[in-house]
Amino acid sequence: MAGIKFEIMTSGSCENQFRYLKGLIMILVKDNRCDFCGTCVAVCPVDAIELREADIAILDNCIDCDICVWVCPIEVLYSDKEEEVKHD
Amino acid sequence: MIDFDVIVVGGGPAGTMAAHAAASGGAKTLILEKDRDIGYPVRCGEAVSDQGLRQFVEPQPEWIAATITKIRMRSPNNTAIDFESKMAGYVLHRRIFDYALANRASQAGAEIQTRAYVDGLVIENDTVKGVKYQYMGENRTLSAKLVIAADGVESRVGRMAGLRTATKLYDMESAYQATVGNIDIDQEMIDFYIGENWAPGGYLWVFPKGNRMANIGLGVVGTKAKDYNSHDLIHNFIKTYYPKATMLTSVCGGVPVAQTLKHITANGIMLTGDAARMVNPVSGGGIISGMHAGKIAGEVSIEALKTGDYSTNGLEAYPRRWRKAGGKNHEALHRISDSIKDITDDQLNKIAAKLEKVPQKDRSLLKIFTTVATQKPKILLDVTRAFTGF
Ligand SMILES: Cc1cc2nc3c(=O)[nH]c(=O)nc-3n(C[C@H](O)[C@H](O)[C@H](O)COP(=O)(O)OP(=O)(O)OC[C@H]3O[C@@H](n4cnc5c(N)ncnc54)[C@H](O)[C@@H]3O)c2cc1C
Ligand code: SF4
Ligand code: SF4
Repeated sequence: MAGIKFEIMTSGSCENQFRYLKGLIMILVKDNRCDFCGTCVAVCPVDAIELREADIAILDNCIDCDICVWVCPIEVLYSDKEEEVKHD
Repeated sequence: MIDFDVIVVGGGPAGTMAAHAAASGGAKTLILEKDRDIGYPVRCGEAVSDQGLRQFVEPQPEWIAATITKIRMRSPNNTAIDFESKMAGYVLHRRIFDYALANRASQAGAEIQTRAYVDGLVIENDTVKGVKYQYMGENRTLSAKLVIAADGVESRVGRMAGLRTATKLYDMESAYQATVGNIDIDQEMIDFYIGENWAPGGYLWVFPKGNRMANIGLGVVGTKAKDYNSHDLIHNFIKTYYPKATMLTSVCGGVPVAQTLKHITANGIMLTGDAARMVNPVSGGGIISGMHAGKIAGEVSIEALKTGDYSTNGLEAYPRRWRKAGGKNHEALHRISDSIKDITDDQLNKIAAKLEKVPQKDRSLLKIFTTVATQKPKILLDVTRAFTGF
């Protein structure tokens, strides 16, 4: 995979790193919430999500289409384009 | 030296059936599974038909959580229509079942490695020649004559080989399931709730799991998943209808209700099960179809090993046999699932009101057909058949 690979682990500090890096990747992962079910991976049109047993990473080829945000059954993903993030 | 004849990615039912067939035919076979456990976590309602299962394995008591003899379908206004099922089905313990299938493959000679995440393919001359994977943080590479991608809903391995596996939102059910305890339901009945008010663009299920337990889940079509959160819908349903139930497990998952991929092979690789999008698009069931296609892929790999032709051409028997065995039926079901999308809650309620007046013993397909002939008969008939296997 070309380019640098940024990973969002499900820990807070990495997510903050992402906010810092925003503009490169706009899909964020809510801390400690992902169930690692793979539904988002299946619908991503550009294969920009990597999911291991218990960590999820959005890769830098993400085109920010938000499809994964839509499909997640438990609203783990969100786009930093959206000011308002849905809460439970 | 080539490390393995066949490397199977994914230790679900499709992968373990493929590995069993390959190893039984004498192929040096390896299964790579990313999770720590085969068969866990269980992202599945676990319902199968007896007839479907029996094609491949003799059902064992330790796999079976509940034996099903009755089917109930509920309309949006909660009118219940019961059917005696002509043939039995089961709600499995997939934890045990998947394990048993993997053990069966290993007894046929297949090796298995868990915690092995495949993150790339070795590709030479446009042909898959092996896999790259991470095992506990360590990068490893293995060569193989053939790779079978049985990596489930994610289906990334096929993409690595250049196949288009991404599923459209409208072909994906965004699902959530709770396994609950302390629930009083008929342990011989599977119960479907159909209509927008239960599960927009999908359905809700209550499947018994024996010993006063049940799998309660639902799927919402991907295009509506933004507005309807399956987690919240399930929790509200349980609170309303089974307030005493306790949560034992809860998982989410995706059910690809798409048409099977146009290309399920490429040079050196075959895709099978959910990875190839072989789930029944009406019922969402994919255990049996995955087992069937996995078995065919394993058998075809043996033949390819004999000819030494691992190209798409050399593997052409796989898509051909799959189409004959299950693919044609799948295509028909996909057309049905397309047409049911138009049925409104109101129409479903009307159909249920008519069916309710037919005595249960007379609820044969013919009777259903004549009773609802004025509504959308063909479609309902097809749906009933898809669920009940009449
Ligand atoms: C909520 C829900 C309810 C369902 N209910 C039913 C039901 O009642 N009846 C029914 O018949 N079907 C049901 N299904 C569908 C059924 O679960 C699947 O069709 C079936 O599990 C498919 O089997 P498979 O072997 O193709 O894939 P899976 O069982 O998903 O196995 C794929 C395996 O590959 C592994 N894997 C993925 N990527 C990699 C990688 N890169 N490297 C290594 N390993 C990898 C995964 O960890 C997984 O173990 C349901 C599905 C869901 C989500
Ligand atoms: S936003 Fe689109 S491209 Fe980016 S990870 Fe999600 S689905 Fe993939
Ligand atoms: S769909 Fe949601 S829960 Fe499932 S893997 Fe993606 S982010 Fe995690």
